[in-house]
Amino acid sequence: MATVTSQVEVPAGVTLPIYMDNHATSPLDPRVLEAMMPFFTNKFGNAASRNHSFGWEAEQAVETAREQIAKLIGASAKEIIFTSGATESDNLAIKGIAEMYRERGNHIITQVTEHKAVLDTCKRLEKYGYRVTYLPVKADGLIDLDDLKRAIDDKTILVTIMAANNEIGVIQPVREIGKICHEKGVIFHTDAVQIIGKAPFNVIQDNVDVASLSGHKIYGPKGVGALYVRRRNPRVQIAAQIDGGGHERGMRSGTLNVPGIVGMGKACEIAMQEMDTEAAYLRGLRDRLKEKLESALDYVHVNGSWEHRLPGNLNMSFVYVEGESLLMGINDVAVSSGSACTSATLEPSYVLKALGLGDDVAHSSIRFGLGRFNTQAEVDYVAAKVIDIVKKLRELSPLYEMVKEGIDLTKIEWQAH
Amino acid sequence: MAYSDKVVDHYNNPRNVGTLDKSSQEVGTGLVGAPECGDVMRLQIKVNPETQVIEEAKFKTFGCGSAIASSSLATEWIKGRTVEDAMAIKNTDIVKELALPPVKIHCSVLAEDAIRAAIGDWKKKNGVAENAPAAVESAK
Repeated sequence: MATVTSQVEVPAGVTLPIYMDNHATSPLDPRVLEAMMPFFTNKFGNAASRNHSFGWEAEQAVETAREQIAKLIGASAKEIIFTSGATESDNLAIKGIAEMYRERGNHIITQVTEHKAVLDTCKRLEKYGYRVTYLPVKADGLIDLDDLKRAIDDKTILVTIMAANNEIGVIQPVREIGKICHEKGVIFHTDAVQIIGKAPFNVIQDNVDVASLSGHKIYGPKGVGALYVRRRNPRVQIAAQIDGGGHERGMRSGTLNVPGIVGMGKACEIAMQEMDTEAAYLRGLRDRLKEKLESALDYVHVNGSWEHRLPGNLNMSFVYVEGESLLMGINDVAVSSGSACTSATLEPSYVLKALGLGDDVAHSSIRFGLGRFNTQAEVDYVAAKVIDIVKKLRELSPLYEMVKEGIDLTKIEWQAH
Repeated sequence: MAYSDKVVDHYNNPRNVGTLDKSSQEVGTGLVGAPECGDVMRLQIKVNPETQVIEEAKFKTFGCGSAIASSSLATEWIKGRTVEDAMAIKNTDIVKELALPPVKIHCSVLAEDAIRAAIGDWKKKNGVAENAPAAVESAK
């Protein structure tokens, strides 16, 4: 009797389950937790309390974090606005700029593989009379700079294009995009959530005007994010989307999440110190995983540019195996799939579809997100396990059998349902 | 998503995986679904020409765990039944048996379709009208 249960041995030093989904979120670094702890207990002051030591202590901690974050991206502390997370940062940037520069124009340019926090924000603005251009991406996931140049017109006020993609890890040519925007006098916002602390990103060198940042993707806490807003050349203005006490220079009211902010600051400080060695380490693990999978299995391929990619990202399709069934077989390993069955909408990944991949290939994709705390032993176990389960599921796959018999699957009249 | 124990059991130990000789007169093949939808089931039956009993049932499925479990269960259920009897299996029976959540109901529908397609193919091969009762009374 066929069986899908895996018999792969767990190597010494590996504890199950293994977390390899670091694009979704990352574990809190113990050093970050240590920095945060006092702010949950005796240092509980409100950073906006100006007349006692509790407030001063909290404010001082917030300003230290602001500097730590600014330093990581080459900004000055005054250019950092704290938010509840990158979704809020994206909303604040796009809606705030759209509102502030409404008289100058109503055209926004973005691209199709953005995070939903950007795409859905743009869609909402379309309802309010803004015009949005969604640039396509090439098969490698990168936008075509000529498309961008052509899309900019005299009504364009904002270009919002992510630095690195959360599914395929592809890094856009941010510096060139920023240069084009500055030549045309258009504000450039980038969702930099996935890139900071992982690959070089500097708002001055990369010509970025506004950038969304998150704490929990860089081994910091959830519920805290930031928005970088350039103060000179050009000075960018943003209309507040949350009104209240006028915190964060009036751009974002609300009592600051002091422990979260302290944690994000510490996470940025660590990232700054360790990024170079960590990137090399992750690249090594990722390449090892890829080589093992590619040498043991046929019909596998990497989705998106290999050259312009985050060091910890491997997005692969195991053709003729459906992603959710593969996840079920490797249930002691936490990864993600672009399969429709794993999404709330029952649609396969729009990012993979944007690369021109067929839905069938998107259904077969797995995203491995390697992070700081993954080990080589874990990679070896994950590779062995994936290989084992893919082989077993292909024994179950009518498509794999048909292809092996030389049948062209595209010639079959499938009954889509 | 949490899977029911029965789905996990069929996924871990799928019953009746395999391929029957498509060209055989006694074999009916049903291929349903589409790769771009994320599930394709192939269900095959081998029918005794005398008794019209399904003596063999094999499947292969590209799809999620629930799709694999639905087709595995389908082969288990139709084996030993007459063709007519097998037609009585409803997707709702599969949903109930595997405790499928609403988002996975289409897996059970596909399994029912696969049974019908396999029987339909066998009927066509053997000159039995699509809607006519296939049972040979005397054989019962």
